[in-house]
Amino acid sequence: MSGAGARRAIVPAPAAGRGTVARALVTAGAAVSAGSTFLPWTWTASFPGDLTVAGYPGGNQVITLVVALVMLAYCGAAYGLPGLRALAPRGATPALRALALALAVSTGYVLAAIAITLGGLVNWVPGSWVAAVAVLLTLLAALALPDDRRDAPPPAPGPRWRETLVVFAVLLGGLVLADYGLATEHTEQFIGYVLALGFAVRGLGVSGLPAVISALIARNRVATSVAALCAGLAFAVIQTSGAYTSLAANVLIFGAVALGLNIVVGLSGLLDLGYVAFLGVGAYAGALVSGSTFSRFTGTPLPFWAAVLIGIAVAVLAGVVIGAPTLRVRGDYLAIVTLGFGEIFRIVVNNLDGVSGPQLTNGPNGIPNIPDLVIFGYDFGEEHTVLGVTFGRFTNYYLLLVLVIAVMVFVFARVGDSRIGRAWVAIREDEVAAQAMGVNTFRLKLLAFALGAAMAGLAGTVQAHVTTTVTPDQYQFLSTAPPNSAFLLAAVVLGGMGTITGPLLGGALLFVIPEKLEFFEDKQLLLFGLTLILMMRLRPEGIVPNRRRQLEFHEEEIAGREGRAVAGVGA
Amino acid sequence: MTVLDARGVTMRFGGLTAVKGVDLSVAEGEIVGLIGPNGAGKTTFFNCLTGLYTPTAGEVRYRGSRLPARPHEVTRAGVARTFQNIRLFPNMTVLENVLVGRHVRMREGLFSAIGRSPRYRRAEREAREAARELLDFAGIGGQASSLARNLSYGDQRRLEIARAMASGPGLLLLDEPTAGMNARETRQARDLVLAIRGRGVAVVVIEHDMRFIFGVCDRVAVLTQGEKLVEGAPAEVRADERVIAAYLGTPAGDGPGGAARGEGD
Repeated sequence: MSGAGARRAIVPAPAAGRGTVARALVTAGAAVSAGSTFLPWTWTASFPGDLTVAGYPGGNQVITLVVALVMLAYCGAAYGLPGLRALAPRGATPALRALALALAVSTGYVLAAIAITLGGLVNWVPGSWVAAVAVLLTLLAALALPDDRRDAPPPAPGPRWRETLVVFAVLLGGLVLADYGLATEHTEQFIGYVLALGFAVRGLGVSGLPAVISALIARNRVATSVAALCAGLAFAVIQTSGAYTSLAANVLIFGAVALGLNIVVGLSGLLDLGYVAFLGVGAYAGALVSGSTFSRFTGTPLPFWAAVLIGIAVAVLAGVVIGAPTLRVRGDYLAIVTLGFGEIFRIVVNNLDGVSGPQLTNGPNGIPNIPDLVIFGYDFGEEHTVLGVTFGRFTNYYLLLVLVIAVMVFVFARVGDSRIGRAWVAIREDEVAAQAMGVNTFRLKLLAFALGAAMAGLAGTVQAHVTTTVTPDQYQFLSTAPPNSAFLLAAVVLGGMGTITGPLLGGALLFVIPEKLEFFEDKQLLLFGLTLILMMRLRPEGIVPNRRRQLEFHEEEIAGREGRAVAGVGA
Repeated sequence: MTVLDARGVTMRFGGLTAVKGVDLSVAEGEIVGLIGPNGAGKTTFFNCLTGLYTPTAGEVRYRGSRLPARPHEVTRAGVARTFQNIRLFPNMTVLENVLVGRHVRMREGLFSAIGRSPRYRRAEREAREAARELLDFAGIGGQASSLARNLSYGDQRRLEIARAMASGPGLLLLDEPTAGMNARETRQARDLVLAIRGRGVAVVVIEHDMRFIFGVCDRVAVLTQGEKLVEGAPAEVRADERVIAAYLGTPAGDGPGGAARGEGD
């Protein structure tokens, strides 16, 4: 604790009482920023989101308000208020700086957007000026705050009911955030949201809160799983617009496939660049037995469970057929061979049209008119009203996919922490040593391939019904829209290899961001490449790091921190 | 009873014969040293025994039956090894490393991992207990949950031995277990090797540290240029002129003979 106050503030200020003044200014600035959202920020409703209303925040003002409120909570932590201190186990100043940046950047972005799109600062009204001055003041004051970084001992576990409550609150909070982001109505709002969220997450990160929360989650696994499932299901209730539930259903398909790929890439370390083929195999299998009038096998559709079993079985078969020859090569060679097989799948499906080959898949036309699922008499294509909540078509599929992902997470977690999972990680770490320890590496790699394929196949059978049409072009190595093999791999790597939440989160981000930023259109891949480069430079372990990976990439920092903690205990 | 019986093991890489007709037999509870200058083919011989290489000629029998061809089958049969350049699973914990060693003695597959029946849980618990016991045996029980990469060099060597022991071998092949260790660690390694023998496991050890070899081995074989030069009790081997010559060149050459005798002592 000793060396904490001695570090320099970023903005120089008179030394005496500097901390007190800066802290008071930050608090005041955050409060005024919050207040400014109740004023109009412009005079015309032609700016997206209607920022002309007084009395309550609208559009982007909500983002500013929320960030300002979080900042006020952290100001409380800086003042040492009893209940709020726990928000910043490792010091409030770094968090306040990052949050002030989040506030300034997201608010500044909107104000700039108002001035630019409407043509000049003249479109600012007094409310805009108040907001601009307040966020700038907050930022400067936050930079002048003295550093209060400290090394926190891990907090003692609280009573079980309280920890469970906290877990639920965290996950439901995450749900509200995700829902808001997904439902943003225009690009300005989404960009403001992403800017605020990005900097705020960074702020909470340096405050040491995530470490506490992840320890909490690790202690309460069952509660976390239940809370996550509840949050997933609750989304269907709070989100009723068809467009966004359709987006959400597609995000879940993408996330499910990324989770499957994570077994192959994250656990076993096999770089598979043709993974989307297994999704395609599952989708085609599901489409062929769906009873579509364009399917080779028309007639009554198979029941869903049978279709799923067929989808999984065919995908596993494909996994074994592709894996058996390719898994004999390693590293870069495996990547190239799987890339080839991924393309072979697409070309074969293209040619099974009755002209170049036997008629099975209708070639490039694909299989359209796939009917909706009916499970136990529940028609997924129709609206159902349960307890006053209306579930539209995409909501039905969304709920089904939540269950599918729950099953996958269950399987992933259990297999990952077993003899099989350990052998996979051992193969990733050192294949020769794993072999010498009695691991039948070929068989286990094949098993990883098969299980990964099974997951993709399962997702594929559902996907066929969600999209109602399957065509070969949906399953490419790289295209501008997910899912494709490159995006899937990126979702795993960005999210965090070998973790459960990583690929799901990475998948959601990779799917939602291009969807929301329509104006990028053809520059999407450029943006995508840039993101990958930045991530590899700044956070190679992914958004949700596996503890192992984090140690691998940041060994010195972590060792240093642990060393300081030990020294702190000794002092 | 003989644990290992290798006859006429030959390994050719193209025109180069790395191991030429080497015989070696190891009896129950015996510690056999394998020494020789760098490049003599000691590690290649180990690789032939453990299935990493398929010998060009010759036969390797373990407890009377021919050893299978592939490394994981060799381990299952009961021959485990360590590596000259440590090959742990660096980003797994110490305990997980040893659990991977148990892999071959467990049967639980994919579906029992998903189902987690009481039998699965019992097997997993027993494996963990056995692994912890082995870590204590190797003297690194306190570090079960740290990552293997963060262990000190000496502890990494011990972990490699504990991992190999987890596969329940009847014969353990140690490839330079004391390389890079200081005198104290070497003494501890010596005690560990003797304790392994105490558990009824025969040991073959490659080593350059002559004090270690002559202090711990019941029998020593010398390899030079792929061929077995001498085999016998430590005292005989140490006194053998050919061994000294193989290591240091003949006195007629320009090698510093005086220093040679100094090291032999």
